[in-house]
Parts: sequence; structure tokens; C-alpha cells
Amino acid sequence: MRLKLLGALGMAVFLAACSDDTNKGATTGTGAAAQSTGVTPGSEADLVANVGDRVFFELNKNNLSSEAQATLDRQAAWLAKYPQVTVQLAGNCDDRGTEEYNIALGERRANAARDYLVAKGVAASRITTISYGKDRPTATGDNEEAWAQNRNSITSVR
Amino acid sequence: MRPSDLPLISDVEASLLATHFGRRALLGAGAVAAGVLAMPLSALAQAAPGAPGDAEITVDQARTAPIPIVIPVLGGDAGQLVSSVISGDLGNCGLFAPINGALPVGVPDFGTYKSLGARALVSGTATTGAGGLRVEFRLWDVLTGQQIQGTAYTAGAGDARKIAHIIADVIYERLLGEKGYFNSRIAYIARSGPRAHQTTRLAIMDQDGANSHYLSGGQWLTLTPRFSPVSDQLAFMSYANNRPRVYVLNLATGRQQLLGDFDGISFAPRFAPDGHTVIMSVTRGGGSDIYSVDLASRGKRQLTSSGAIDTSPCYSPDGSQIVFNSDRGGTPQLYIMSAGGGGAKRISYGNGIYGSPVWSPRGDLIAFTRIANGSFSLGVMAPDGTGERILTQGFTVDTATFCPNGRVLAFCRQTAAGAGGAGFSSSIGTIDITGFHERSIPAAGMASDPAWSPLNG
Repeated sequence: MRLKLLGALGMAVFLAACSDDTNKGATTGTGAAAQSTGVTPGSEADLVANVGDRVFFELNKNNLSSEAQATLDRQAAWLAKYPQVTVQLAGNCDDRGTEEYNIALGERRANAARDYLVAKGVAASRITTISYGKDRPTATGDNEEAWAQNRNSITSVR
Repeated sequence: MRPSDLPLISDVEASLLATHFGRRALLGAGAVAAGVLAMPLSALAQAAPGAPGDAEITVDQARTAPIPIVIPVLGGDAGQLVSSVISGDLGNCGLFAPINGALPVGVPDFGTYKSLGARALVSGTATTGAGGLRVEFRLWDVLTGQQIQGTAYTAGAGDARKIAHIIADVIYERLLGEKGYFNSRIAYIARSGPRAHQTTRLAIMDQDGANSHYLSGGQWLTLTPRFSPVSDQLAFMSYANNRPRVYVLNLATGRQQLLGDFDGISFAPRFAPDGHTVIMSVTRGGGSDIYSVDLASRGKRQLTSSGAIDTSPCYSPDGSQIVFNSDRGGTPQLYIMSAGGGGAKRISYGNGIYGSPVWSPRGDLIAFTRIANGSFSLGVMAPDGTGERILTQGFTVDTATFCPNGRVLAFCRQTAAGAGGAGFSSSIGTIDITGFHERSIPAAGMASDPAWSPLNG
């Protein structure tokens, strides 16, 4: 499990180098917190490396699993620690739905994560949401594992 | 009918005119499309609208037995191009079996063509001169030896393909008794780059894949172009400035405008049949509501407020009803409501989940995407939900759009990606509404989100 996470992190760093402002955060990070040093506290890299920038969802669902809630709890604490930081939550879907329905479903996922953070005390004004539907898959294969990676809400520093 | 009795504009051209009138300024008597003039040719032999062989074959019959039609290389410097475009249109639609024959001069030798099994014959010339392009076209009934149609078209030198499509539409209408759909275009999304972050550009091409070009630069994610049924406008969704919203693009002027002022994401636009309003979805909380926005006043009206995801709205051709996709019942299904927003009724009850409904311009069918057991299907059903038929299946088939006469659907077909995105492809296919004659439209590179224009649009 540890090796797998490190591998995912390596991929995340590679993908982050490819990303741009049109899709900030949608191709970076992992779902888990791993200790990392050498990153600026309160930065995107800090969020990705030490907090966990994304939560995952079941097929056609927006329920937050206990694992997802734990990640969002860490995000809420991190946001409390860095009150100047504002974030965007980007909802994404696997490609097993129609294009238009998935735009709304991605927004529903981002909204679920947003509501959770707000309930944990993060000011709503610090959070924006967006949905990329099925058009920005993190994992580019078409299999159950990749689809599970692509059903997410990804938090990024704006 | 003697040549002197021929009306200035034939019935066919008059109906083409009627279709077009109000969309563009009428340039002069006989105009059938922007910059194209059509005048009747005097008959070389006895000509009579309604003569034997004129529209006595139905589309249903032609599916089973495509109409053999001789399409020789026309005379003149543009003859080769015009002939090949006509032949491509008629052959690709599946209802005709083009035969390449020798160029007939004057009144054709019908005995020869009859022996080839031909029912109809095209003759004429296509010549470019100082005044532009002139195409003289005649359509003959091989069995009776009568001229079914004779028309001279004049247009700009670069309009050879357009005139060929107009001629193919005339042939389709005269032999099948229904309007054709060949002089039309398809807007789409051109895709390039890695699967995880594709560059998307608004693009447009003729319905046969020719004259493809980009309408946007690819900086922002752009999706779901939709044609106005009455004007040169496209509604589409763009993530410009990281704010995903619906815009309207005027194709004649290039002017692009934000449509509607909403807090949420606005998406899934679709013009009303009269072209005056656009319906779309707007996200709110965990769901999305359907709104109509008046293009002139920009006034907006909320049509649904279920709290669920209500999306992919599409008007019936008479404008009285809207079919849409909603998960208000737990899973995404198809519903119909009145155009004012009330009385939603579920119509999809098959296995799986449904989406992307689109109403046929004929009014009798709703095309949809169905997802069951990990596979996508494209199907049609009656507006009351009965008679569901699956036309084609695949890893992903979605975003169906009807051709102007409702006989053919274009759609996006995508294949599964392997590791690193290898193997992923995205292309535009077409299929007859009976599930017959599936083809792929040749487009440069990957394409998705087809939207068929109206006829002559």
C-alpha cells in the first residue's frame, strides 16, 4: 500500500507539471495524506502532499464515505490553519454517463464536499465549485480502477 | 406541360425558397440559398411534374432496394466535382445505388440505361466562367424517358459542392417524395491531445465531412454546440475564464455572447423551434434546473425546480412540450413536460439509465442514450415511451442529433482507453432511424458532440 501511494504521488507530480490554469487541480494529487517535506506550508503542494486533495465517490453517487470525510476533516483543519487560502472544488465523473448529466453530477459531488467543509467551519466565501463532467479524467484507462479514480472532487488552491 | 407553361420557379424550388425565406435576404427570383440562383431549364423532351417515376418509390422501399441512378461525370470544368458530391450524398444515404455511366448528350439513350437496371439518370454541365459557376442539371426517368426536373443554378465559383448538395436534395425529393438533407452542415467539437486533458475546439463541416474548419481556438474546454433551427447561430457551452456557461455564436458575424446571467453552471442548451428562445440547465446545490432564456429580451424563466438533476432539455417540433433527463426518481430517466414547465411524466422504463434525449423534427420519435450493463446504446422511442428500439451499441454512443428530415441520426462514438489513454478514439457516426446503414463521417482527427443544422443552413 505504501509503495502504491508513492507511485501515485510520483504520477501526480508528473501530471502537475502538465497542468495549466484552465484546469488547475484536476490532474494533481492523491487521495491520501503522506508526510512530505520541502513544500511551502499553505500551498497547493502542501495540500496535495500532507492533507490529501481529493475524495472519491461510488458510481452515480455523491455520498461521502468515512474515508472521504476523514480527508475533508483534514482539509477543514488545514484551511483553518491558513485562513488566507481560498480553494476550488472540482467535481469529476467517470465516462460511464452521458456528457450533460455528468456535468451536473460532477457539480453535485463538488457541492457535497463543499457543504461538508462549510459544516466543519470553513467560510463558504472561501470555496468555489466547478464541474468538468467526464472531460478531465485523472486516470486515462477504461477499467473499474480508473473509473473509481475519476469519480472525485478535487480541492485546489486558487 | 410545355416549356412555356413552366413556372418561373418550380414547386421544388419554391419549397426550398419557403424553407429559406426569413433566414437570409432573398437575393432575387429563384434564389435557393445564399448566393445561389436557380432557374428552370426548358425541357428537352416531354416534361411533367408528377410523371410516372416521380416519387413513386418510398423511403421504406428504397432501404430494401436502393434506387439505381446513373450519375455520369457532368460536362464542364467543375463536372467531376459536382458529380462526385451528388454521387457521394446519394450513395452514402443508403437509399440510392449510383451507377457511373457515360456522359449523355441531349436526350439520353434510355434503352442502354434501362438495360443497366437504372431507374433515373442525371445529366448536365458544370462550368466556371467570369460570372461564377453555372450548373445545368436534368433528372430523367429512365423507364419513361421523361425529364423529371431541369434547373440551371448560378453561384460563386467556390460553391460547386453546395450546388451539388442542393441537386442531390432535389433528386432525393423528386424520387422519394420527401425533403432531403444534403445541403446542411454539422457543428461539432474537434478533439486533440492527451485523453486526460484534451484540447476542444468548436468546429463545423458540411454533412459529408467536407469544408471542416474551427470556430474557436481551443484555449478553453468547449462542449455541446447546438444549431438554431432558423438562423446562422450556435448555442454552446464554454469554460471561458474558468466559468462554464452557455454562449451564442452568430456564424455570419462571428459575434459571441453570453446567454443568461446565472450563479451556477449553465449547460445543455437547445433552441426552441422558432429560434427565439434557448432552454438550458443551470446547477443549483446538488441539482440543476431547466430555464428558458429569451434571445431578444434576455428574460429568463425557470421551468423546473425538483432539486434533482434536470438536464438535456429538448423541445418537441411544435414547441408545445419538452423532453428532458432527470434523476428525480432516483436514477437518470427521460421525462416529458409542457413547454411552460408543468406536468412532468416519465416515459423511459427499459433496463438501465437514460439520457441525452432529442426530439425528431418529424415529431414521432425521441432518440436517446441508454446505459445498461456497462454498455451504451443509442435508441428511439415514441414520445409516449412506447416502441423503444435500440439502433446501435458501443463502449460510448451519445449526443444524438437528427438530420433535417428526421431520417438519419448523427452521434458521437467513443472507444475504451487502455493504459495511458491508448486506444481511445472519438468519432461522429450516422445511422438511419431504423438502425440501417451505419456509417462514420470522415472528419480530421477526433470529433464529438455533433449538431446537425437545418436544411440549407
